[in-house]
Amino acid sequence: MLYILPWLIGFLLFFFVPLLASLRYSLSTIQADAQGIAVQFTGLANYIQALTVDTSFNRALVEAVTEVLINVPLIVIFSLFLAVLLNQKFPGRAIARSIFFLPVILASGVIMSLESTSLIDAVNQNAGSGGGSVLGTFELENLMLESGMSEWMVSYLSGAVDRIYQIVSQSGVQILIFLAGIQTISPQLYEASRMEGATGYEAFWKITFPMVSPLIFVNAIYTIVDSFAGNAMTTLIRETGFVKFDFGLSSAMAWVYFAAIAVILALVYGIFAKKVFYQD
Amino acid sequence: MFVLRLFSLERIKRWLWAIVRFVLIAGLSFVILFPIFQKISTAFKHKSDLYSAVVVWIPQHVSLDNFKEAMRVMDYWPTLLNTFALSASTTIFTTLSCALAGYGFARLKFKGSNLLFAGVILTILVPPTTILVPVYLNLKNFDLFGLMTLLTGKPVNLLNTYWPFILTSLTANSLKAGLYIFIFRQFFRGIPKEIEEAAYVDGSGIFGTFARIMLPNAVPSLVTVLLFSFVWQWNDSFYTTTYLTSSQVMSTQLSSLPYNLAQQVGDGASKADPFYLSMIQDTGILLAILPLIVIYLFVQRYFVESVERTGIVG
Repeated sequence: MLYILPWLIGFLLFFFVPLLASLRYSLSTIQADAQGIAVQFTGLANYIQALTVDTSFNRALVEAVTEVLINVPLIVIFSLFLAVLLNQKFPGRAIARSIFFLPVILASGVIMSLESTSLIDAVNQNAGSGGGSVLGTFELENLMLESGMSEWMVSYLSGAVDRIYQIVSQSGVQILIFLAGIQTISPQLYEASRMEGATGYEAFWKITFPMVSPLIFVNAIYTIVDSFAGNAMTTLIRETGFVKFDFGLSSAMAWVYFAAIAVILALVYGIFAKKVFYQD
Repeated sequence: MFVLRLFSLERIKRWLWAIVRFVLIAGLSFVILFPIFQKISTAFKHKSDLYSAVVVWIPQHVSLDNFKEAMRVMDYWPTLLNTFALSASTTIFTTLSCALAGYGFARLKFKGSNLLFAGVILTILVPPTTILVPVYLNLKNFDLFGLMTLLTGKPVNLLNTYWPFILTSLTANSLKAGLYIFIFRQFFRGIPKEIEEAAYVDGSGIFGTFARIMLPNAVPSLVTVLLFSFVWQWNDSFYTTTYLTSSQVMSTQLSSLPYNLAQQVGDGASKADPFYLSMIQDTGILLAILPLIVIYLFVQRYFVESVERTGIVG
């Protein structure tokens, strides 16, 4: 009990009480002045304002949610694939691993947002690879369409190719988790399956995949939480709070946002809970 | 004969796969490293190289002007020192308090400990934006259950000091602390109980066991958490721009860099060339992440190995 005490104090002081306070603020109008703050209960006015009056809230929310829904499967699949690759033995494996974990360190917070506005990057990319890559995806798209794939699938995949940097840079932690998970699978399983004549492809689907399925769940949750932590929505909430000083509206927005995240998490949980394979 | 052919087919397949794998990994590594190379190349370019058609990667006039300019605008050395002090202190406090909490959750079962652990999970899931406003107001008029009013007569304003960071990290509620508690809990659960029991039998107390038996065993997860929390604190703009509006910390400096550049680099009436500004901005980013890259070069071997044994996986 003593061990948890510091955390418990912090939890109450910096999480639980603020959480309740935020709920209360979201239902009130707040006047902040030199003496402090005056809170006046106004019911759901802030929520109505956010959802029906505010011009940018709905759009930002929908954008944030669709972006997460698009990116999460890509990131999870991509990082599982890379983890399997990086687990195999080949010369230069150590270097490759440290390069792939580099984004964990570099691509977060301000750096990402500054990078997206960098003119030099934009110009260089246009001059260098831009023309070629657009052409490449275009041809690939045609090829896939002709081979009878459905249209949304094609645009999804080619979109993924175009956003490869974003995806790579967001999957560092996930690769780590998968890699660690793959290494806990006992080698006997693979040996036995090779004896029985299984190919590497079969071994992946019959052994690796079920064994890491709990981690797919963990990674899906992590990716969702991670990508919800910083996007257009959070900046909107912050601006409403600290630039316009409308604390009530800001809290209401934050709660709607949280509710949206909770719904998505619950959906993911529902999908995974039955499918995940636990050894014990 | 048949066996021989099968063997060679197998070999061809293996070679093919090795080539495909090499291309994939080399390509993706390139995607990751490309922006860094680009920044390094940009940083050494002279202003005149920007519009030279000859220069793509290697600058014609190598110069350190960009570095000088970026360092001046960012106030580099004091900023570096501040950021380092802030990140290092929060990192150490966070790691200690999270290790304690993780151990508590892993081993000491008591009534409601599961409920409290659900609280930890909740701190991971709730986006920090949701509680930002109340925490901000709370820190602005910080009054620990009326204690501060009793001592000094009025609540204290903790904004623009390092106190918010120190307090939250001491109490294991700083940036992503829930995740660290989770990592530690998983790891401590993986250590066999017999080790502790042996220590108890030999007369070690609960705390002594933790400090002398469990912590040395937890070095892999300690390294992971130390590195993660250092890096994330270093790069964090969410809390720093809220709590520290005027202090010089790397991430606040970075986020105000475009504005500062536009203010300070332009020569009075005429606006500065946006490409030139962007060039200095890139140099600034490079300067900001340079210490991290240096640290990573030193610890990466240890880090990559240790993560595999951290027990994130349970």
